[in-house]
Amino acid sequence: MISIKNLKVDLGSFLLRNIDLGVQPGEYFIVLGPTGAGKTILLEAIAGLYPVLKGEIWIDSREITRLNPEKRGIGIVYQDQVLFPHLSVEKNIAFGLKMRKYPKQGIKAKIDAIAEIVGIVHLLGRSPGTLSGGEKQRVALARALVTEPKVLLLDEPLSALDPETRERLQQELREMHHRVKVTIIHVTHDFEEAIALGHRVAVLNDGRIAQVGTPEEILRHPSSEFMARFALSRNIFSGRAVDAEANYALIDIGGVKLAALTGLRDEVHLSLRPEDILISKEPLQSTARNSFQGVVSDITDRGSIVYVTVSLPPDFVCLVTRQSFEELQLKTGVRVWITFKASATHVF
Amino acid sequence: MSKISLRRKPDSMSIVFVVLAAFILLFIFAPPLKTIFSSSPGTLWNTLLQEDVYSSILLTISAALMATMIGLFLGVPLAYLLARHQFRGKGFLEAIIDVPIVIPHSAAGVALLFVFGSNFLLGKIFHSIGINFFGAFAGVVIAMMFVSVPFLIDSAKEGFEAVDVRLEKVARTLGASHWKSFFRISLPLARRSIFSGSVMMWARGLSEFGAILILAYHVPFFRWNPVVAPILVADRFNYGLDYTRPVAALVILISLIVFIVLRTMAYRGEKA
Repeated sequence: MISIKNLKVDLGSFLLRNIDLGVQPGEYFIVLGPTGAGKTILLEAIAGLYPVLKGEIWIDSREITRLNPEKRGIGIVYQDQVLFPHLSVEKNIAFGLKMRKYPKQGIKAKIDAIAEIVGIVHLLGRSPGTLSGGEKQRVALARALVTEPKVLLLDEPLSALDPETRERLQQELREMHHRVKVTIIHVTHDFEEAIALGHRVAVLNDGRIAQVGTPEEILRHPSSEFMARFALSRNIFSGRAVDAEANYALIDIGGVKLAALTGLRDEVHLSLRPEDILISKEPLQSTARNSFQGVVSDITDRGSIVYVTVSLPPDFVCLVTRQSFEELQLKTGVRVWITFKASATHVF
Repeated sequence: MSKISLRRKPDSMSIVFVVLAAFILLFIFAPPLKTIFSSSPGTLWNTLLQEDVYSSILLTISAALMATMIGLFLGVPLAYLLARHQFRGKGFLEAIIDVPIVIPHSAAGVALLFVFGSNFLLGKIFHSIGINFFGAFAGVVIAMMFVSVPFLIDSAKEGFEAVDVRLEKVARTLGASHWKSFFRISLPLARRSIFSGSVMMWARGLSEFGAILILAYHVPFFRWNPVVAPILVADRFNYGLDYTRPVAALVILISLIVFIVLRTMAYRGEKA
């Protein structure tokens, strides 16, 4: 268990203040915040790589606030480009074991075991310069995990990757966490990543923790402007995906089944942009596979655009221009149809 | 970067630039080559066998090497500090490091004498442990070091700046102390810049004249009493061009060979 009490860190242009966090053993904990919120510095402060002005950091029953980073047992994986370029993949992974004076004859077996878990056995002899972005991140994970840290810090580990690799590695991170059960603190600015991976999420904004809770809680009851804006920018649902026709899945999100283009099955999340949903008074004649009737339950007027919440249930936030809003004469309580294509959904 | 083809229909600017470039290249190339080839290999060999010549060359090479070693030991830590820390007055400090490059070297010799002469400050301290600088090997070394160490410091600093600080941070979390993260990560990754800086420092040391002239003209060196090679060339010029030309040719030749070998080594390292 790692706990952070009333932490204060100077970021140069502003301060991280009153940071209080408790992360359970084996938990996958996400710190979510916009770019420039001080997420990386927070991780570096936890790892002992950045000075702390005030407050305490504890791992289990030991205070580590002033301990040197090499004594903390905390691993870190950065966003990009941080393998040791002069060492082979194998030597990169062996580095921590050597530094910690791990018995020489055991090193090879240890490396092989972790390489198998993160799927890089075939890369051990390679030099970091020849690896793809996704491969580098797997090696960086292996290098951090091989020393069996009490806490693993991930600093935007997926942000520098192309979308396809990111999705795959996200999946693998989840599976890896199931297998090794290390406590993870993962910082990201990506909401979908936070929701897909986090047991709990802390929202960092303006140098403070604005909210801590499960992804559901954070989404349903956003307590910060930053989260509220996000809650309007995406419809996020969780549900069960079952086979439909080839390439399609039907996702039961409680009440309705949505058609989506995805290979994923079982427990999934689904996001849908408000601007991809059409609102009409009558059912639309179109090729879109998803069309449902509901009731307008809320309207958020933003001037030239209007967010209209349509409750089936569940609630769908839709975006319409002011012109359409007035033409359709939308008011709360009005029955409308919402329509969107299967390809407009993003399943993760 | 796309290659600019000079074979396509040449525009007027390219033609003018190529002509100007040819002039400056000729200006750099011609004098040393002419000097080397104006003496026959036999003459060069016989000159090399003269005692004042080979003792001078040995003195020059070894003093420059010693200066570079000390420069590495003292300059690399400074370079690392400058690359890793931001502090008030850093720009001023960096300017100070380059001072030896801009002041006239004979003046630098006088300045060194003021600090390292046996009647002064550091000179006294070193004198008490038996090291004298005036008219001594150590004097040649500090004169060379003074005028050449900025090349090493600047190059090493650039090398360290190019090493992502997060690599050191990762190393720390993996159990490396400050020392180990420096010697296992930062130093190996900056080694090319440090090496090429050392080559520049050494080469600059070899060619030093002014400061050494003031501080250590003839120095006892093993059983000889030579002057450094640049001074030897000047000394001999007093007796005529024919007398000095083979020495000049030898000095140029040896410097060129060593320089080319070391540059090639550094370049190979870069490619690997």
